[in-house]
Amino acid sequence: MSKVETKAGENAMTETTTKNRSPLLRRLGVGFIRNILPLVLAIFTSGVLLLAMGKSPAFFYGEVLRFGLMGTGWQRSLVMLAPLLLYGAGLIVAFRGKLWNLGYEGQYLLGGVLVVGFAPFVMGSLPLLLGFIALILVGTLAGGAWTLLPAFLKARFGTNEIITTLMLSFVGIGITNILIRGPFQNVDVTVPQTQVMPLDTMFPKIFGTRIHIGILIAIVVVLIVHYVLTRTSFGLRLDVYGASPKSALHVGIDTPRMVMILFFMSGALIGFAAAVDMLGLWGNMRANWNPAYGSEILPFVFLARLSVLASIPFLAFYAVLATGGALASQDIGLDSHFILVVVALILMFMSVIEFIGMKRDLGQSYLPPTLRKALAKLLPQRKAGNP
Amino acid sequence: MDLLSVAFVSAFIAGFLAASMPLLVASLGETIGEQSGVLNLGIEGVMLFGGYAAFVVTLATGSFAWGMAAGAGVGIVTSLFLLVLSVLLGLNQIVIGLAVTLLGGGMTSVLYFGNYSKSTPRLGKDEPFSLWGLSDLPVVGDSLFSQPAIFWIVLALAIGVWWMLSKTNFGLQLRAAGQNPNSLDASGGNVVATRAIAVLLGGFFSGLGGAYLALISTGTFTPFMTQGVGYTAIVVTMLARGRISWVIGASLVFGLSVAVGTVIQLTNINLPTDVIKMFPFVVVIVVLVAFARSAYVPPALGLPYSRGAR
Repeated sequence: MSKVETKAGENAMTETTTKNRSPLLRRLGVGFIRNILPLVLAIFTSGVLLLAMGKSPAFFYGEVLRFGLMGTGWQRSLVMLAPLLLYGAGLIVAFRGKLWNLGYEGQYLLGGVLVVGFAPFVMGSLPLLLGFIALILVGTLAGGAWTLLPAFLKARFGTNEIITTLMLSFVGIGITNILIRGPFQNVDVTVPQTQVMPLDTMFPKIFGTRIHIGILIAIVVVLIVHYVLTRTSFGLRLDVYGASPKSALHVGIDTPRMVMILFFMSGALIGFAAAVDMLGLWGNMRANWNPAYGSEILPFVFLARLSVLASIPFLAFYAVLATGGALASQDIGLDSHFILVVVALILMFMSVIEFIGMKRDLGQSYLPPTLRKALAKLLPQRKAGNP
Repeated sequence: MDLLSVAFVSAFIAGFLAASMPLLVASLGETIGEQSGVLNLGIEGVMLFGGYAAFVVTLATGSFAWGMAAGAGVGIVTSLFLLVLSVLLGLNQIVIGLAVTLLGGGMTSVLYFGNYSKSTPRLGKDEPFSLWGLSDLPVVGDSLFSQPAIFWIVLALAIGVWWMLSKTNFGLQLRAAGQNPNSLDASGGNVVATRAIAVLLGGFFSGLGGAYLALISTGTFTPFMTQGVGYTAIVVTMLARGRISWVIGASLVFGLSVAVGTVIQLTNINLPTDVIKMFPFVVVIVVLVAFARSAYVPPALGLPYSRGAR
């Protein structure tokens, strides 16, 4: 036991010396290990899984890059990135306050269906710019409104928000489908779907590419959110609340109001994302359609340490992986849900690496006490075999 | 259709049990986990893994018993993720749970797509195991008391879980691990070991729930077939607060809401299927709003235990 401790002490000492030698290099190294290594490990492990299923990982990842970046792939990826940036910001706002808004799918779909549903009416009666603004407002308010009940229950009774948001998400998906098969249905076609927006009432494209102005809107909004979260007193209060709701109450923060605001902001940004996605890319919605971005971008907002600014490169990486992966998996005869596996592996590796990093910073052992004791018992035997 | 004909009542009871039983099994597992302070948000993924394994094994061997065993076994194996990462290392249970859900959905649909998407095989019906005498009752006898063996085993397991949680020393330790892990530690118990066993038991029941859903309720496996049953199990667990009678009651109410939805489709009432699919979740929301004050969870739920931490 004592041997283990002295060894840990030595390690800590060598660490401090290296820290003094090259802080910048060390920081870069730590940044790489904590943020990039999970991606590398997950991609490697999924490669092994591909091999086990008799597919060539090199070919698969080559195809991912080809479809995600080469040719017009980068444009497709950027188009996908536009709503993801807003979506990610919505998740980050809630997660920074340690509020688990897991009802993102319902919020996104409700926002989206109201946008495409009202689009023919709104775009027909308003000038283009006003129409866009009105429809974005519709999506944003719808997404935000769908968080009000969970937020109220959490703020008033402390009801677990994971459950309420998840259940309301299912209800939201149901209402979306009812709207598509009911008032918003395009009766001219047999497949239940909303009317397709004419291209000239959708977001204009940038310089003859497929990229619509949604990406610019998204970047501007995301930068504003980043400013609010990091440079304003509201952001500070949010971080205090996230660190400890009890201490937030003690320093005079109105915590129930904080819960309501954070939930509404989170849902509103997700609804905004839906509006941008509808007005920029899809233009209509089919029944039972659900892109389910939310759970797939979760690991990337965590890898970005819940920083909106840092989420941009990570979400861009996901956009390439997802646009390329969908086509690549078709190419090699794999279900497109393979990307889910990659994402799940990223989440797991990320958590483990985060854990190791935290222990390292604290100068503690990497192993939980029970495991350490068990290993300490084994250690003398090991030393005998390994002098 | 005549609402009181034997065929109709049978269909109603069959739909009712097909929806309730997998939920009941999964909720039993989730209850054990939550009482010990571990929130298993990956239950949806574990159920899919269990259901897929059960489907494959039953298809290969033709035996429903082996399929059930495989589902439960795979449930235990996949709960090792939660055991190692969340209980032993103390990583965030919500993140790990979501990862397991994604992994389960992704892996099973990739495997199903690769192996069965062209043939889409279906399983037959399991041999019913009739309760002598009761199954001869008129109207409800056959549909209610002539059930596959696993049905009776599940009921026995529910009683077993109740007995374990409320009557045994281990059950007391388990609840202490969720209520106040420090006191369990101080009294000489082992918090990590207790929670580890609870997670494994939870995996057993979740996997079995998935297997029940695939083998008995639907007779096949389809990607993402759980459709929120796992999440509903978490809600049932939170409402039941560790009382097994409530777990059974809540599962039956949920099954009833599903069955009523199916019945409405058979009658002349014109309701879109979307409304019917949504109905159970609306019921859950209404219950949550009505009992908002009493949806209480163990104080240490979701928190990793580290000795001496405040």
